[in-house]
Amino acid sequence: MKKYILKRFFISLITIWLIATCCFFLLRTLPGNPFATQQLLSPEMQERMMEYYGLNGPLSEQYLTFMKNLLHGDFGSSLKYTGQSVNGIIASTFPVSAQLGLQAYLISFPIGILFGIIAARNRGRTIDYSLVAFSVLGVSVPVFVLASLLQYIFAIKLQILPVALWSSMKHTILPTITLAIGSIASKTRLMRTLMLEVITEDYVKTAKAKGLPAWKIVWNHQIRNAIIPMIPSLGMEIVSILMGSFVVEQIYSVPGIGAYFVNSVRSLDYTMTLGLTVFLAIFVVTANFIIDLIYGLVDPRIRVTK
Amino acid sequence: MSAITSKDFTPLPKERDMTDVIVRPSVSYWKDVFRRIRSDKVAVVSFTFILLISLMAIFAPIVCQYGYDTTSMGQGNLSPSSEHWFGTDSLGRDLWARVWVGARISLLIGLCGAIVPQIVGIVLGGVAGYFGGWLDMLIMRIIDIGACIPSLIYVTLIMLYFGSGPAAIVLAIAMSFWMDSARVVRGRMLQFKNREFVLAAKTQGASSFRVIFRHILPNILGQQVVSVSSAIPSAIFLEAYLSFIGLGVASPMTSWGQLCQLGASFYRLYPYQLFIPGAFISVTILAFYLFGNCLRDALDPHLRD
Repeated sequence: MKKYILKRFFISLITIWLIATCCFFLLRTLPGNPFATQQLLSPEMQERMMEYYGLNGPLSEQYLTFMKNLLHGDFGSSLKYTGQSVNGIIASTFPVSAQLGLQAYLISFPIGILFGIIAARNRGRTIDYSLVAFSVLGVSVPVFVLASLLQYIFAIKLQILPVALWSSMKHTILPTITLAIGSIASKTRLMRTLMLEVITEDYVKTAKAKGLPAWKIVWNHQIRNAIIPMIPSLGMEIVSILMGSFVVEQIYSVPGIGAYFVNSVRSLDYTMTLGLTVFLAIFVVTANFIIDLIYGLVDPRIRVTK
Repeated sequence: MSAITSKDFTPLPKERDMTDVIVRPSVSYWKDVFRRIRSDKVAVVSFTFILLISLMAIFAPIVCQYGYDTTSMGQGNLSPSSEHWFGTDSLGRDLWARVWVGARISLLIGLCGAIVPQIVGIVLGGVAGYFGGWLDMLIMRIIDIGACIPSLIYVTLIMLYFGSGPAAIVLAIAMSFWMDSARVVRGRMLQFKNREFVLAAKTQGASSFRVIFRHILPNILGQQVVSVSSAIPSAIFLEAYLSFIGLGVASPMTSWGQLCQLGASFYRLYPYQLFIPGAFISVTILAFYLFGNCLRDALDPHLRD
């Protein structure tokens, strides 16, 4: 187990280093100049700006500085939002995105699993068909269509929830639901398949033959085994919720990290793109590392084979 | 009880010997798959829909009297009418023309974005699984690390580097999707490479290339066709997301995702501008998704009764 943890940890570190390095060099070799869009700047002024932000020296030197700062957890200052550090922007926007993502995650996990179990237990009945239909629809409607639709129905027509912004708990309801529906749908589908596989297993028959009550079979023998393959999909879910939250933030005007990310990419704000990319990479890689560990703990077979 | 006499026995008629002869022609694997799909109503409907959308995407912009990028200032934001079937956008561009031009891009990206990573995955995964050794080690380590990198980051970097065209999006999708199929193909390759028919082929002097592509690949292909069909909707989705957050194809070229983005800013005033392209994305993805499910059921020998 120790070897397994060490190996995963090592891979995670290399991954983060690789992302940071690739990002750095790819961004710096891009054609264009971040200050060229500000037309009022004379060439000398642009030169001075480049020097001020440390973009003038040889690339290798810049890279070393960047890496040294990164090790201290410092992403530098933004080129476009004058006077703001990337760390400051992350600190003010990421908690909002994280809250949105976490709420969606916490809602979708139990509901998705519950729906999957209900569908599998009632295979072939109306409730199964309606849950399957829901999951198919939920997977095929893009989150921006869903977001606009929900906003139109609940905020504009019925006027029971706020249209946009992010100032109270009530404001978080619509964005969270929008984000959660897609992942509830995919979890329902996955859990249903996994449960159906487990239901035909021999140990379930044995348990039934022993005379265990139905709920005990479901809880101890079916859910426990069916849920294990769900765990690695949780890591993928983080990425898709992150992608989805960029869209949801845009529609509901949520002051999250998404808008900064997209704008920085468009306006060649090197330090900002680099900082946010590396930050998101660290976040996702760490989450995957933790999920891998949980997987190893829950399922002893993984530890033995690796 | 009377004794049994020879009269109780009658010789069988001569024709009865024919029962051993196979009357019907044998059905090959792919023929059987085709027959199963044809008998499945959902598959037929979804396939017809996909075909219809593809044909419209190819021919509708050609016969349409408005260009997808012709602006006309006086005719902005018109509701759907007999003149402009899907209405016009804020710059007076005909949405009927734009939806079908957008369909070209979205479908092309969906198709290429599903097939290109699959080919890369089959080649690299096949080589890794068949030859093993340091090559396998190298490719698997690349996958181990690459899989940890969120696809959004690939996409951002590639978009930054190559600009935002359809080819860049396909490349970005390929970068993030090839690893799954490579992993699957490698596993299947390990399963098959020590089987008798491979040994037989090797004994007869078949080259590694021939063994991989002629003998092992046909056994794997069914599974990979299924994974292509399930990758198409994800590729269309990814393109739509990227276009929606503003990292997709550049204007005046358009795609369904970009049309939705433009429509979303004014959808309270002009809902058709968002919900028409939105409905096209949703229903097309639904059709691909249902067809993929039917294809899986038809191809997978385990699911047959």
